[in-house]
This record gives sequence, structure tokens and C-alpha cells, in this order.
Amino acid sequence: MRRSKYVRPDFLSAPAGERPRLTTSAMIASIAGPDQPTRAAPFGHALAALARNDDRIVGMSADLAKYTDLHVFRAAHPDRFYQMGMAEQLLMMSAAGMAREGFQPWVTTYAVFASRRAYDFICLAIAEEELDVKIVCALPGLTTGYGPSHQATEDLAILRGMPNLTIIDPCDALDIEQAIPQIAAHRGPVYMRLLRGNVPLVLEEYGYSFTLGKAKRIRDGRDALIISSGIMTMRVLEAAKLLQRDGVDAAVLHVPTIKPLDEETILSECGKQNRLVVVAENHTLVGGLGEAVAATLMRSAVRPSAFRQIALPDAFLEAGALPTLHERYGLSTERVVASLKAWLDE
Amino acid sequence: MSSIGHNISLHERARRIRRHALRMGEVQGQGYIAQALGIADVLAVSYFHATAYRPDDPEWEERDRFLLSIGHYAIALYAALIEAKIVPEDELESYGTDDSRLPMSGMAAYTPGMEITGGSLGHGLGIAVGMCLGLKRKRSSSFIYTLFSDGELDEGSTWEAAMSAGSHKLDNLIGIVDVNQMQADGPSLGVMNFEPLAPKFEAFGWYTQRVDGNDIDALVVAFDKARRHGGPVPRVIICDTKMAKGVPFLEARERNHFLRVEPGEWTEALKIIDERVAP
Repeated sequence: MRRSKYVRPDFLSAPAGERPRLTTSAMIASIAGPDQPTRAAPFGHALAALARNDDRIVGMSADLAKYTDLHVFRAAHPDRFYQMGMAEQLLMMSAAGMAREGFQPWVTTYAVFASRRAYDFICLAIAEEELDVKIVCALPGLTTGYGPSHQATEDLAILRGMPNLTIIDPCDALDIEQAIPQIAAHRGPVYMRLLRGNVPLVLEEYGYSFTLGKAKRIRDGRDALIISSGIMTMRVLEAAKLLQRDGVDAAVLHVPTIKPLDEETILSECGKQNRLVVVAENHTLVGGLGEAVAATLMRSAVRPSAFRQIALPDAFLEAGALPTLHERYGLSTERVVASLKAWLDE
Repeated sequence: MSSIGHNISLHERARRIRRHALRMGEVQGQGYIAQALGIADVLAVSYFHATAYRPDDPEWEERDRFLLSIGHYAIALYAALIEAKIVPEDELESYGTDDSRLPMSGMAAYTPGMEITGGSLGHGLGIAVGMCLGLKRKRSSSFIYTLFSDGELDEGSTWEAAMSAGSHKLDNLIGIVDVNQMQADGPSLGVMNFEPLAPKFEAFGWYTQRVDGNDIDALVVAFDKARRHGGPVPRVIICDTKMAKGVPFLEARERNHFLRVEPGEWTEALKIIDERVAP
């Protein structure tokens, strides 16, 4: 439920001189923790490097090159960057035209605008023709505090229904860097949820490598299996470490390719032992990875003893600082730990 | 320009395009026939005067691309593709039937010479913008022609594309607007007043012409001027056409956006078309 504009916030009820000093926090939009190692603009650098040896690659953006890390590509290959203005329908149409002429356009905007505003143009101009267009979108799920205008909490639900579209939800800088060349090598339309700016680097220590279309077990455990994508893999890995101290042994299966889903690996992991299965995602609980996994189980003979979802509520979310919102909506490491413990105690 | 059949007049081409369209319409007993008859002269000039293509190689790299944004007009473009020998004439009897290469709405994956999938309106001009940018990257001298309708002027995406074409100085883009004054819900200007139209394109930086879209001689001049214009600007030819042009009893129908024609009327319409004497 959103706050009412008719109710003044409680903290203003204190006398003026005694109020705590208020700070603006909605600008805090980094998903990186204070001590986390990061890499700057992994998508922009990976694409710029790839384009050095691939003349087909062009970059196109709808007035958000600077905010989707495509400015790195633009600086490296200025003659291969196209500014299409704040016009997402045109962005998708013109990318289709570029692809028709043999180029591989990488288009960037925010996930809300691609999924909500430009759906028909991705669907008919690009996907129906299986054109080689890569759609890379910042601010997926809850990665900004700007409220529903910028929070693409339902982008996966919207786009999973589109035939021919491959959907990628990477976890960290390593995932992105390794995904870019594989996405380029895959012929056909791809939607990738983008983590931009200083992106955490967490998967390196697990010996992980990205393979398009594959889920990867990152850690094993006998008590619970957490299936996750995107930034939630980062969170559940942290949660698993904390749970270990309390004697809880949680496995983590990272699923960066949302579509096509690696059903074989998911079913194989879900069928092992008698573990609680939890799907964690940075997306509404409607129509994302959780429901995709549930549907996969429904169509199979595999029945886990319990199945739970960590996801955003089916609601328009509040504005605020990202750490506050992740805590409020259950995506923080602490909330993941608490949820897991509660479910294991059931 | 195709090198075939230079001895056949454009008027005769237009007559044959109407004839092919009517024969396909007869297969289904209904369809966007009035649009096909109305745009036949523009298609005759496009395919037999203005565009370069190879009938036996529809994907020849150096061709001019002709994009049908209005997928609903597929029957019209099929008629032109049949006349241009890109689609074999005997295929017209399969129009709109199961497993045909000529489905009711134009789709690129189905038909030789169909460059894009239209039908969801307001896509063509934007795809053309991307193709024009791509052609320029390849240093190609080919033109992109895009046929869209007055109804598509209601779609915001058309205007996103129009603005960007001016901004990107796309002098290899030639837009063709079919102003036939009829949409699904009735007369176009009653659905959404898009006039004055020419000044809108001019304001977006286009070289703009407006002609009688059923006057072949005027169309030839307009297409020539569009191609030869020296400025670094996109070009548009606004074509005022008459729905069902050439078949007076169909022209007279008040609501002819989607025509249902009685079996005997097809023969009558074909007879009228066949009796027309080419000037």
C-alpha cells in the first residue's frame, strides 16, 4: 500500500529543533555494498571490446546512453553509435531496420520503457522476424528508488510471453562480461537486464562461468535449494554464508538465462534429496522465474517437499533509498536469511 | 528499374495490378479491395518506373527496398509483385488460403519481395529509418520506399520516425502516404484530423510533394523529383487516392474499408477493368 499524501510523515511530528537531520536517500541507487569489489560499466567495456573485431555491431539508444553504460561504446566507436532520441518505439523499429541490413544493433534504454512502452515493436518488428537485435535495459526489478515510473518490477512477466526472445538476468560484473560475447554469437533477439555503473563482482570466487541457456550450481547444500537469478543470486550467496554459521546448509542454483529455461538442470536439482526449494528473484512474484520454475515442476514428475518464493509483491512499490526498499520488500540479505529460517522451521 | 517489359505502359501495368488484385479478392469473396484498386497506380509507378529490383533475386543487395507498412494492403502488393514477376501469377489462386505464401496480412517471412511484416500499424516508417541508416553505413546508393496510410498518421510511432528521419538527414528515404480518406471506423479526417499534412512533414525537415495518386503522369514526375532532389533530407510523396478507383460501382460504396463483393460482382468488376482503354 502506498503512503497517503494526506498523512504527514511521523518524523515531522517532533518539534523543529529536535528533529533528526533529514537526508535525501532516493538517490542511493547502487546495488553494491560499501565494501564490495566492483567493476565500472562492465557492459559498455565488454561491448566496446567485442566491437573491435566485429563490424556488424552498432549501438543505439533512446537518450539514455550515459545511463546504460553505452557511452563507453560511444566513446570507443563514435561512428557506430546512433542516437534515436527519447523514442523507444522508434528505437526498436530502427534497430529492426538495421538488423535487416545485416548489422547487429545493441539498443539500450530503461527496462520499464522497453517492456511497457515498446512491446509491440519488439514483438512484431524484431521477434516475429527473429532479427538479431540485442536489447539491454537498465533498472530492472527494484534497482532504483524512483517509484513505479522507473521500477521494472514486471518486465520478465511481460517479456516471457514473447516467442523467440532470449532473456538474460545477470548477477554481477563477471556474468555480464562473459554474457556479452555469447549473446553476440547467438543469432536472434535477446533481452538482457542490465546492471550499470559500479557493478559488484561476486561470482569470481566461486569459479563460475556464464553459459548461455545454462543454470549453474554455485554451491551445494543438503537443507535447502535456492534457485535465483540476477542480483538475488548475490544476496542468496551472502545469505547462504550466514546460514552456514547456524548450521543450515543451503545450495544455490544461479539461473541467468530466464528464457529458454534450463529445465533439465532445474529438475535434476529439485529432484535431489528432500530439500526446501526457494526461488529468489528481483521481480514481482507474478510471471517471473518463480512461476517459470513452478510451471516446470508442474509439467514434470518432480515434487519438492516444499516450494517457496522470494520476490517483490504484486504491487506498485514505494519510492525511497534502495537499501531501505530492499529491506522493506524482502530482497535484503537479512530478510532472505530470516525467510529461509522461518520456512525451514515450518 | 527492372529491365523487363519496357514496351508495356504504366497505365497497362496499373490495369493489370488491379486485375490481379480483383482475382485474388474473388478467391476469398472479400478483402481490402478498395485500397488495392486505389493504390494500383502508385504501385505501377513504384515497381515499373522508380525502383530497381531483380525479379529472380528478390534479396539482391543493390535493390531499392519497397516497404509495405500497411500489412492490410497485402493484396495490393501481391498484385504488384505478381506483375513484377517476383511472385508467379498462378500463385494468386492461393491468396489467403491455408499454407499459402500470400496470407491476408503482409508478412516478410511468407512472401518473396515482402520486405517487412506490417499490419500492426505504425511500424513501417521506423523500420525504414533503421534500414536507411544501415544502407548509409554500407555506403549503398539504394533507396527505401515506404508505403503507409493516412490511418497510420494516427500512430505516434509514425511521427517519432518522421522526426528522426529529418534529424538523421535520411536522403535515401522516400515515404509514400496513401491518403484515401477511409479508416476502419469511417472517413479518416473524422477519426483524426491529420491536415494540414504537407506542412507537418515540411516542419520535420522533409522534401514534400502532394499529388493525385491516381494520375500516373503526375506520379512519375513526383517520384523523379523525389529521387533527384539534392538536399540531405528525407522525401515524402503524399498521394491523394480514390478508394476502389477504376470500378465505379465499388467507388460509389459508402463504407468500403473492407469490401464484401457478391459473386457476380467480381465478373462485373473484372469486365470493367478489362474494358478500360489505356491512354
